[in-house]
Amino acid sequence: MNLSGLKEIFRYPTVIAGVLIILALVGIAIYTVFAIPYAEAISLWRGSEADWYQNPKNAAPVWVNWFRADKLPETIRITTNDPAVTKTEKPAGEGKAIAYTIPVTYEFDDFPDDVSIYFTSKYTQKPPFVGLSWVSPEGKEIRLVNFSISNKYTYRANQDQKLTRKLGGVVASQGLFADPQDKDSTEPVKGTYQLKIDGVTFDPSADFSAELVVYGKLAGWAGTDHLRRDLGVALLWGTPIALMFGLLAAVGTSLSQLVIAGVSTWYGGGVDTLIQRITEINLVLPFLPLLIMIGTFYSHSIFVILSAVILLSIFGQGIKTFRAVFLQVKESPYIEAARSYGASSPRIVFVYMIPRLIPLLIPQFIVLIPTYVFLEASLAILGLGDPTLPTWGKIIQDSQANGALFQGWYYWVLEPSVLLMITGLAFSVVGYGLDRVFNPRLREQ
Amino acid sequence: MATSSPLESAPAGQEVKPKSGRTSTFLRVVRYSGVRLLTLAITVTIGLYLTILIANMGGYVDKIRLAQIREDVNARLAGSPSLRTLSAEARAKCSQDLIQNQVHRLGMDQPFVLRSLGFLKDAVTLNLGRAFHMTSNSGSNTVRLIILERLPPTLVLFGAADIVLFFMSIFAALALSRNYGKFFDKVSVAMTPLSSAPGWFYGIFLILLFASVLKVLPFGGMVDSPPPPTAIGYFLSLLKHLTLPVLAYTLSLIFLNIFTWRTFFLIYSSEDYVEMAKAKGLSANDIQNRYILRPTLPTIITSFALLMIVSWTGAPIFETIFNWPGLGRALYQAVGLFDTPVIIGETVIFSFLLAITVFVLDLVYAFVDPRVKVGGEGSQ
Repeated sequence: MNLSGLKEIFRYPTVIAGVLIILALVGIAIYTVFAIPYAEAISLWRGSEADWYQNPKNAAPVWVNWFRADKLPETIRITTNDPAVTKTEKPAGEGKAIAYTIPVTYEFDDFPDDVSIYFTSKYTQKPPFVGLSWVSPEGKEIRLVNFSISNKYTYRANQDQKLTRKLGGVVASQGLFADPQDKDSTEPVKGTYQLKIDGVTFDPSADFSAELVVYGKLAGWAGTDHLRRDLGVALLWGTPIALMFGLLAAVGTSLSQLVIAGVSTWYGGGVDTLIQRITEINLVLPFLPLLIMIGTFYSHSIFVILSAVILLSIFGQGIKTFRAVFLQVKESPYIEAARSYGASSPRIVFVYMIPRLIPLLIPQFIVLIPTYVFLEASLAILGLGDPTLPTWGKIIQDSQANGALFQGWYYWVLEPSVLLMITGLAFSVVGYGLDRVFNPRLREQ
Repeated sequence: MATSSPLESAPAGQEVKPKSGRTSTFLRVVRYSGVRLLTLAITVTIGLYLTILIANMGGYVDKIRLAQIREDVNARLAGSPSLRTLSAEARAKCSQDLIQNQVHRLGMDQPFVLRSLGFLKDAVTLNLGRAFHMTSNSGSNTVRLIILERLPPTLVLFGAADIVLFFMSIFAALALSRNYGKFFDKVSVAMTPLSSAPGWFYGIFLILLFASVLKVLPFGGMVDSPPPPTAIGYFLSLLKHLTLPVLAYTLSLIFLNIFTWRTFFLIYSSEDYVEMAKAKGLSANDIQNRYILRPTLPTIITSFALLMIVSWTGAPIFETIFNWPGLGRALYQAVGLFDTPVIIGETVIFSFLLAITVFVLDLVYAFVDPRVKVGGEGSQ
């Protein structure tokens, strides 16, 4: 292997791009592992209500707005602790009358996705009672609803059938923001709305607070899925997992194939025949169905699947490629020299023959990496991904299961797919480039 | 099979020996195929045995058989009027005894080595048991029927895709090998890394483009629902549904294929006999068909065989993405339902399909490889 040849590789601009992309992916992977620790990523991806309630469902990423003339809404969240919120408190009976006025500035060109109000209250016996009303920018007031709030209470305006009827048959997220004069308008009225919460408590120490969430149609840099989870978590964490799986599987299979091919050629005879026969049996073993069987019967754990992948690939077709080259190497004079000074067979195989094939091995294993990255995604799409890990394949699986392409949630499918594509292309461009540099005679015909 | 197997042949052609043909070409091909069939049968049997070993490591095959026995026995007891008068315990005991009897009769109390041979016989004879949840369209839960019903769609899909891929690759590779180093040749070589993504992956993009955005082709499935009544209508609808999967399949494999085959053609077009033919003044077409294409075919078929094997095993995911009602999607559904007999049955069937693919390509190989056809020496 001529290391100065490595310089030659930078003559190819695509290879430089590939190397840069791989470095970027490795950088993202390292950043992710430190920024979102493993345990945190897993608990986030399990997706409890408390983690994700502030996100809209199936929202596209925020950068979608850069390409649009009419701006889609982002989520607006205002808690009653916000300085813009006015709170008035007067004693009433045994408790207090508490009134909040929450201003909502709405400047988008499309209706929000949903409107929810999350209440938290503390009381000793009787829960506080509140009435909500909504004031449009022109000052028109609509009474929404009255209810009493236990410890935690969530009011979801779109699910309030009475309110929908009051708004003339449209859900609250549209009806509350629409122009009352122009029923057919597809655009919301821009301006500052107000949510008024009038409450009474029934004991002196009782109090309540609220959080208004006007869900938008965009969220985060990556968007959200059907469980309101931020796809960014899975896109980031998918990177180290994909790289690790691809790298380990590619190194494991190509190294073992190299060793087996070396042993097979050197010893020849019965050993060689046996190994050739095993390779043929391996060829009719259905790889993916067997992996599916192992995944279903034993374990979805990524390490079990990884080991199975390597075991099933040990006697793969790579052996034949390596064997063909080893047959030439075996006859070369330096091997004869090693033999004549009495080198043992293992020494010849491992010290003299195998290192000779490293230039052939490196490009081949780099080209193999994408195969395994895509294999991991395939298994995830078939429902055999590691159940706890957020991966790119898992996102595609979720999007397929929820009909993302059919519903027009393209970002959901495209983000993980583009990452997979970039990873695959980068590794194979670099692999082919290295191949041209290391093995010029083999490729440039 | 030894050295002449298409899956390990080195570039052939040079070693054509003008042998005194005592046996006819046909007989030689038959003998060659017979030997290949026999070795493949042994290979498949060992492959199936390995599958059984893997499936049985967690005792799943036993569980399936025991469940089946229990079901049979209980069904028989429930249907027998003479046992209806017995008390619950007596009936339970009776059923226990019968199950024990059956277990003994079927040899399930024997050591695993003996039993595994029984499983092997079941697998070879396609006696695959009954599904837990899945049924065939006719309502049967026999795994063999479920699988046989799904086989034709898979064959149609991959048959069509492989034919399109084969001919497109061969024409493109020939054209590029003639125009070596020109613009299109360079473009096609630069596109080779695109083959690192599998077919299903391009499927997602194509569905997005042609089904979601342009709305000109269906999202998936094999025919319209309800299926068109006339044969022509059915065929057209099938073609429409085939377009995207075939396109995705071709897109994912064609560039690497063209690159490899073009290299083969380049190797063979620099042979001395090609120069000789040129010197004789043969037409470019004759040279291409007789002196370049012909000796390259065995090598190309070898490379195509390997490719087909890889694509067969990718069927579960490919068919799932395109909602194609074939074997692969049945496997996906079986995973979802945890239907173990179907999963094992599918794995067995895929082993058979791989072996049949290898055999069919061997046959084709026997007909195009001059060593088998002319000499008989090369095939040993």
